[in-house]
Amino acid sequence: MVNFARDGVQGATETMLLNIGPQHPSTHGVLHIMTEVAGETIVNAKPVIGYLHRGIEKLAEHRTWQQDIVLTDRLDYVAQFSNEWAYCRAVEKLAGVIVPERAEYLRTLMAELNRITSHLIWYAGVTMDIGTLGTPFIYAWVAREKIFDFFENVTGARMMPNWMRIGGVRTDIDAALLSDMRAFLETDFPKECDVYEALLTGNEIVVSRMKGVGVFSVEQLVEWGVTGPALRASGSTIDLRRDAPYGAYAKLDFEVCTDEVGDSLARARVRLREIRESAKMCIQIIDLLPEGDIQTKTPRALKPPEGDVCVRTESPRGELGILVASDGTTKPLRFRVRSPIFYNLSAMPHMLPGHLLADMLVIFGGIDTSMGEIDR
Amino acid sequence: MSGDMWLRTILWLVGLLLLIAVVTVMGVWWERKFIGHLQRRRGPLHNGFHGLLQLPADMVKMISKEDIVPSGADPWLFQLGPILAVMPAIAAMSALVFWPGFGLLDINHGLFYIFAFQTLIPLAFAVIGWSCASKFTLMGGLRAAAQLISYEIPMLLAALGVVMAAGSMRFSTIIAAQSDVWYIVKQPVGFVVFLIAILAEMNRTPFDLPDAESELVAGFQTELSGMKFGFVQLAEYAALFVGSYLVAALFLGGWTMGFLGASPVWLLLKMVLVMSLTMWFRGTFPRLRIDSMMAMSWKWLIPIALVNIMAVTALALWLPGIY
Repeated sequence: MVNFARDGVQGATETMLLNIGPQHPSTHGVLHIMTEVAGETIVNAKPVIGYLHRGIEKLAEHRTWQQDIVLTDRLDYVAQFSNEWAYCRAVEKLAGVIVPERAEYLRTLMAELNRITSHLIWYAGVTMDIGTLGTPFIYAWVAREKIFDFFENVTGARMMPNWMRIGGVRTDIDAALLSDMRAFLETDFPKECDVYEALLTGNEIVVSRMKGVGVFSVEQLVEWGVTGPALRASGSTIDLRRDAPYGAYAKLDFEVCTDEVGDSLARARVRLREIRESAKMCIQIIDLLPEGDIQTKTPRALKPPEGDVCVRTESPRGELGILVASDGTTKPLRFRVRSPIFYNLSAMPHMLPGHLLADMLVIFGGIDTSMGEIDR
Repeated sequence: MSGDMWLRTILWLVGLLLLIAVVTVMGVWWERKFIGHLQRRRGPLHNGFHGLLQLPADMVKMISKEDIVPSGADPWLFQLGPILAVMPAIAAMSALVFWPGFGLLDINHGLFYIFAFQTLIPLAFAVIGWSCASKFTLMGGLRAAAQLISYEIPMLLAALGVVMAAGSMRFSTIIAAQSDVWYIVKQPVGFVVFLIAILAEMNRTPFDLPDAESELVAGFQTELSGMKFGFVQLAEYAALFVGSYLVAALFLGGWTMGFLGASPVWLLLKMVLVMSLTMWFRGTFPRLRIDSMMAMSWKWLIPIALVNIMAVTALALWLPGIY
């Protein structure tokens, strides 16, 4: 891989192939990026995926509709509720199941709490990537643990809840727990957010590392298929929670967090603001939560009519699409995931060239990968 | 040399070797505890009193680990590299003076001697990085070399201000000159430049680019295992010890403590303070990017250090009694 006198790379005479991952401290799972570097400057980058492939899409075709909910937990394992919700919505739309209002609110509540934990993981990862020794990492973990305690109380599991059902949710949340959540989100959590912001956007060195690094325009990002906070940081206001509301989002008062600059710092700011916004939304949901059933009765041998349905949701990482096709039996004919991170990661070969190795981690952190969903 | 001198030298060398081991063990323990508490956790806790025996346990583990030589590694340099890193660290430590007359080499050019040997440590890192036949170690080693050259200059220039003011490179003279006012008060700019430069010389955050974990796995030490890794750790903590000694002796008055009198205890306390400061940085700051690291030295620290020297000279001529 020797190339002499490469254009556009200052002072470079020879390039070197550097395999980053699949075993590397900052690939967030088992991602493998083949980079061609000239000194410390990246000339080419190519993500190699598939190390975590479990065949979830194929597995789903051999299980009943209800059993597939378990699999969706394991797609994006840091945003489990979003996946479950997208799948359940798709099947409900296909089978014509009406979800009780309380269940919709509860789903929205958990999904927003999940957005907080997911963004906290992003925060923990990106601060590690730019070289802190884990202090912000552990600070993020503290709040995440607290929210995981809520998850455990509601669903019985911290990571893999398997909580949503076709037609509603599995367990109700009692008033005591709701007031606990509310107290935490209203008093303790904003203080934690102040700390997060001070350690990231308030730190001179971090700002110097992130500012102006990886500036992308909306047009570029749309062409590459990038969605979610990474797109909104460039000035787009696309947010399916507001544009195509589902769950209880239509009744909530929230702001779509955007930024104009489109660099890595903007992507960080958008996510940090989304954390606060999600906390506010959770408080609203707890206040507005109606009484009623939490699940519509659906037959155990659910047989949705023939046809297919695609549902779009706003997962913490972008636009998560689920397509399910039925042939009128108890098992799906096809289950397909439009993973936001897969498309975001696919933009890496366009995003990375020309940047330093150290910038790679910052840009890479800006799209917030989770390999479970990419490899499926 | 007479028989007495030989005995004294050998005793000192054994003492210094013990010191380097103790410094590493206590330094790692203190660092883990200190950063642990910064991070709302308690650090090592289970082995011994508050985890004091954790480090001996780690050392036993390190010694008993398999010594892996990567295929394609340069056999001679790979074996030599960690030793080359430890030797100058020990040599530099031999010039430390802890009390007038209490030190192996209280020589005229103590400061010069230490700088000369401290310089060799990152060179050994570059050798290690080269010899492993791995791209990550190579980049780490080259980063170590680049960082060394860039930060050596501001460090020496900042120290030069003190040398000019004290009129000597002998530590006991420099410290004695600070019995009234420390040089941190007289040369605050020099102190800041020196502290930043010595952080870079010691590979400490925010200048830990040679072993940037998130970028280069573990930089030049990626392929090291067992006691080879242990030697590099020894060298790094010895450098930390020497670096904190330099800060304490050159700018913080060494063993003097104003009206509280002079004692080696003050010196050790100041060294622990400086070490804790570097650990605090390590727990808080992220890493600089390589280009801003270089720019910081060449565009800021060196000019500032030069201006500092000129200012010290001018002040010494203008106010001979005070400066």
